[in-house]
Amino acid sequence: MIKSVMVMNTQGKPRLSKFYEYQPVEKQQELIRSVFGVLCSRADSVSNFIEADSIFGPDTRLVYKHYATLYFVFVFDSSENELAMLDLIQVFVETLDKCFKNVCELDIVFSYSKLHTILDEIIFGGQVLETSSAEVIKAVEEISKCWKRPQVLSHLSPSQFLVGEVGSIG
Amino acid sequence: MAGASIMETLFQRNLEDLIKASRQQQVRESLFISKSMDEIRREIKSTDLHTKSIALQKLSYLSSLHGLDMSFAAFHAIEVVSSPQFLHKKIGYHAITLSFNDDTPVMLLITNQLRKDMNSSNQFEVSLALECLSRIGNIDLARDLTPEVFTLLSSSKAFVKKKAIAVVLRVFEKYPDAVRVCFKRLVENLESSDPIIVSAVIGVFCELSLKDPRSYLPLAPEFYKILVDSKNNWLLIKVLKIFAKLASLEPRLAKRIAEPICEHMRRTGAKSLMFECIRAVVSSLSEYESAVKLAVMKIREFLVDDDPNLKYLGLHALSIIAPKHLWAVLENKDFVIKSLSDGDFNIKLESLRLVMAMVSESNVAEITRVLVNYALKSDPEFCNKILGSILSACSKNVYEVILDFDWYASLLGEMARIPHCQKGEEIENQLIDIGMRVKDVRPELVHVSRDLLIDPALLGNPFLHNILSAAAWLSGEYVEFSRNPFELMEALLQPRTSLLPSSIRAVYVQSTFKVLISCVHSYFLHKENVASSIDSGNQASEVPELVSQRKFPESSDLTSEAPACSEQDGDFNPRDSNQSFEDLSTENDGDVTVAHGHASTSASFGKSNFTQESIVNLLNLVELALGPLSSSHDVEIQERTQNVLGFIDLIKKEILNLEIQGEQHLAREGTEASNAVKLMRDAFSKELGPVSTSAQERVAVPDGLSLKEDLSDLEMICGDAQLPLSSSFSLGSPQYGEKFDAPLSNLQSKDESEPLKESTSLLAEHRKRHGLYYLSSEKSEILSNEYPPANDPMSQDQLSDDAADLVKLTEQSVASKKKPNNAKPRPVVLKLDGDEIAIAAKKPELNSGMLSGAVRDVLLGNEALHTSSQSNLCDKPSSNKKGKEKLNTDLPLESKENLGGEEMPGGAASSRKSKHRSHGKERRHKSVGKNGEEKVDNSRKKETKSNHRHGRHKPRQKADGPLNVVAQTPVVPDFLL
Repeated sequence: MIKSVMVMNTQGKPRLSKFYEYQPVEKQQELIRSVFGVLCSRADSVSNFIEADSIFGPDTRLVYKHYATLYFVFVFDSSENELAMLDLIQVFVETLDKCFKNVCELDIVFSYSKLHTILDEIIFGGQVLETSSAEVIKAVEEISKCWKRPQVLSHLSPSQFLVGEVGSIG
Repeated sequence: MAGASIMETLFQRNLEDLIKASRQQQVRESLFISKSMDEIRREIKSTDLHTKSIALQKLSYLSSLHGLDMSFAAFHAIEVVSSPQFLHKKIGYHAITLSFNDDTPVMLLITNQLRKDMNSSNQFEVSLALECLSRIGNIDLARDLTPEVFTLLSSSKAFVKKKAIAVVLRVFEKYPDAVRVCFKRLVENLESSDPIIVSAVIGVFCELSLKDPRSYLPLAPEFYKILVDSKNNWLLIKVLKIFAKLASLEPRLAKRIAEPICEHMRRTGAKSLMFECIRAVVSSLSEYESAVKLAVMKIREFLVDDDPNLKYLGLHALSIIAPKHLWAVLENKDFVIKSLSDGDFNIKLESLRLVMAMVSESNVAEITRVLVNYALKSDPEFCNKILGSILSACSKNVYEVILDFDWYASLLGEMARIPHCQKGEEIENQLIDIGMRVKDVRPELVHVSRDLLIDPALLGNPFLHNILSAAAWLSGEYVEFSRNPFELMEALLQPRTSLLPSSIRAVYVQSTFKVLISCVHSYFLHKENVASSIDSGNQASEVPELVSQRKFPESSDLTSEAPACSEQDGDFNPRDSNQSFEDLSTENDGDVTVAHGHASTSASFGKSNFTQESIVNLLNLVELALGPLSSSHDVEIQERTQNVLGFIDLIKKEILNLEIQGEQHLAREGTEASNAVKLMRDAFSKELGPVSTSAQERVAVPDGLSLKEDLSDLEMICGDAQLPLSSSFSLGSPQYGEKFDAPLSNLQSKDESEPLKESTSLLAEHRKRHGLYYLSSEKSEILSNEYPPANDPMSQDQLSDDAADLVKLTEQSVASKKKPNNAKPRPVVLKLDGDEIAIAAKKPELNSGMLSGAVRDVLLGNEALHTSSQSNLCDKPSSNKKGKEKLNTDLPLESKENLGGEEMPGGAASSRKSKHRSHGKERRHKSVGKNGEEKVDNSRKKETKSNHRHGRHKPRQKADGPLNVVAQTPVVPDFLL
């Protein structure tokens, strides 16, 4: 299972973070920092794997790839193949590249929602569901059609049912 | 209000504005964020869903990338999710997956929304709901949404179906009973023509079988088909992972898959698949020689590749196979050693592991020599990795690989001097440990310790303090092996010891005491001998013998050392001298050189070493150096210092008088001082040994002591004993126990105040009533007879008996293995029971959880069970009537189908299986029947109350019943055969 996906720039600023097992926000920040601490000390010519047991607990591995100003990091356990994960990073980046036409860090900074949409089509609850970037792009385009429907300023109050239940609990 | 809301909506900043603005605020980002948070808190309360959702989106962004807490918005997220607009839903679900967890109070409110969206006609809404369930699903959600997931498993849209399959993993994990509903459909999807679907199912099984492989053995035929037929690398990798787990459980399966895996290895060009094949072979098929050979060949290709990733993985694969096929490592030895100096930390680490795997009795010295050289050259982190692995490899199984302990002792000393060494604690433990376990190494240990102690530079390195503590302890404890106690004393008292932490300084003080006692004792002994030799010249021949018992008789070594020592002294004295030590050191320099001079000239240096003058100087030195410590803030240092100083007070006068009185006096009757010194020396000379961790268990329980009886009384007694007991009672030594009742209480009542009197009488009464819990003097005697303390002479005998056995044993093993270049026999190493226990450690517990039980249930088929749980599901109060009907129509069909028959192609397997099933059916039936009733009851209760919280614990109860039965039935039918 994939435990986490992170994208951060070479200064350690997180650009995307996704944890497939719940982590409190403080812990998330701490994990991102420790991962960056390891990454920034590594030369470019070395291998892309890091044993992440000390950061994420036993039986975790980390694969990263360095593109221009960004690090793409996947954290996973023994049910994934290291080289396959490296390929998956490639798939993810290729998909981004096609979606944004020559992706750069700025695209990623400003496209928070789209980034998550793309990633969610590739990895679902920690499992890899799609490895073809064409399929991912197709799905993402259809999803964005859904959300670009004309929006009316609606003043709908939240559903009465929900409010009622809160009342009964409180 | 409405007006304000419109204004808010019109002028609200969206996420993009927020990001833009935050990028302009380079300097005071935190201020900007807190401002934005205020804005969000205001906007999120808006009645307009659009405003609310934009606020929620901004909040999600800040939470995800800036680590802000968004738990306060949980309810708002639920409101946003309920919007009919897709965009809002998407934002809402995203926020929920980010922030919800089992502790979120409003979690229960989301169930209906999820159900609604899972039934939506828009596949993207369904997908959102599934994604949400897969991230936050807890037991309630999993239980309540199982019917929806079941329905979606047969969705016609692959987009939905694959996500429904993936969500099953979470549902099973949280609510194992869902297996009974969904498992069959999950398995059916293995037959799908869409590779994406099959891959999703295999992904789920890969996760499941990692946790509990045994339950999925029955599915081996399906997996095998994929292994042989599929061309999809992703799929093959996952199937290989499953088989690696299954094959280690079922040898026949291993035999079957060996050839297809080799075929993949020969054919594939994909490195990822290749590596997975290699991993499967080295971890689970290590008995199949041809497969292993092929895998090692492929590993070699990885090793020589330019890509560091492949290099790393190749080494990793080698380290998996090393324990079983060391030849694979030895074949690639050159490469492994070369990789130690690779630029990549991972590769270095992996090759270090492999090098350590190659360590054996014959090459340990050679390998550690190479590694220590690497450690000297490498960066601190890797240096310590090297040192750590040397230490752990050498100490494995009570120093199994070490034959020459003198060498190992000096290696430990050498490691301590490596500049980056941070393994102080481990080296400390091992120094003391081998000191206690291996008698023969003690002289060398003392020698190593001396070299460490006299080097003032080492005192400045906090990482070495632990090692110095061990060195100080060793040279105090085994001072009889010291070649020059005076020098040792100076080392222990040197000014820079003030840099040590107080706990270690206390060890230094105690060692000073031991060294002092040893010196003074030798002095007296010498005097006595001189005196007696004057009396009767015949006895003179005894002297060297006596001395040689305590002294290390290698004067030749010593002579060569003497200049080095004085150099050392010269080194540190000028540098560190403060006023009080200035004169001292000069004085002592003289002393040392005198001593050395004597030593070099006379063979029995011990004799001439302990002159009147030198002893007096020694006493002065100790007094002067320890004087300031007697008012130390640390009680341990203070107390030990006081002991030493007190002792010096006791003997100093007599030693000074001795000169005047003449030596004959001493020889005749012995002085008070010499007696005291003798006693102290006796106390110190008792050997300390290692204590087995299981020592306590081996103490027989004394007769009449029943530990576990009447423990129920304890509460009552504790109730009684609330009064504060004065420590004099609780600490009273057992010998005085009998006096406790009358005399003490009388005594107390006379001169103590009222409450104390009360308490003593209460205690006496208490003792009378519960005599059982008090130790009587008799019993304690029995106890001490049966379990002598560690340094008791009796246990020494036992130990040496054990040791004798061990000698035989080791000799045998030595004889059986041929060891050409080992002239020295391996010294005796004490082993204790506890060591083995510690080595055995804990075996990993089998987590045959509820999930595996449920899976086995389903896989091995039981219709009764199936229908009962299904019908139970239908009974559930479901607000969704449609779903209920659907289920009803689905279920009878399903229960008619023969589960095994459909799943297991191949007549033989299914017929064998069905036999199995009919076997277990009856047994299981009863309990299931009961269970079914219970469940019906439960669900009725639920209907009346319809309270979600109430239902939370139920699944656990339900699952307990069938599980117990399942656990008993042996479940390994013949697969694939």
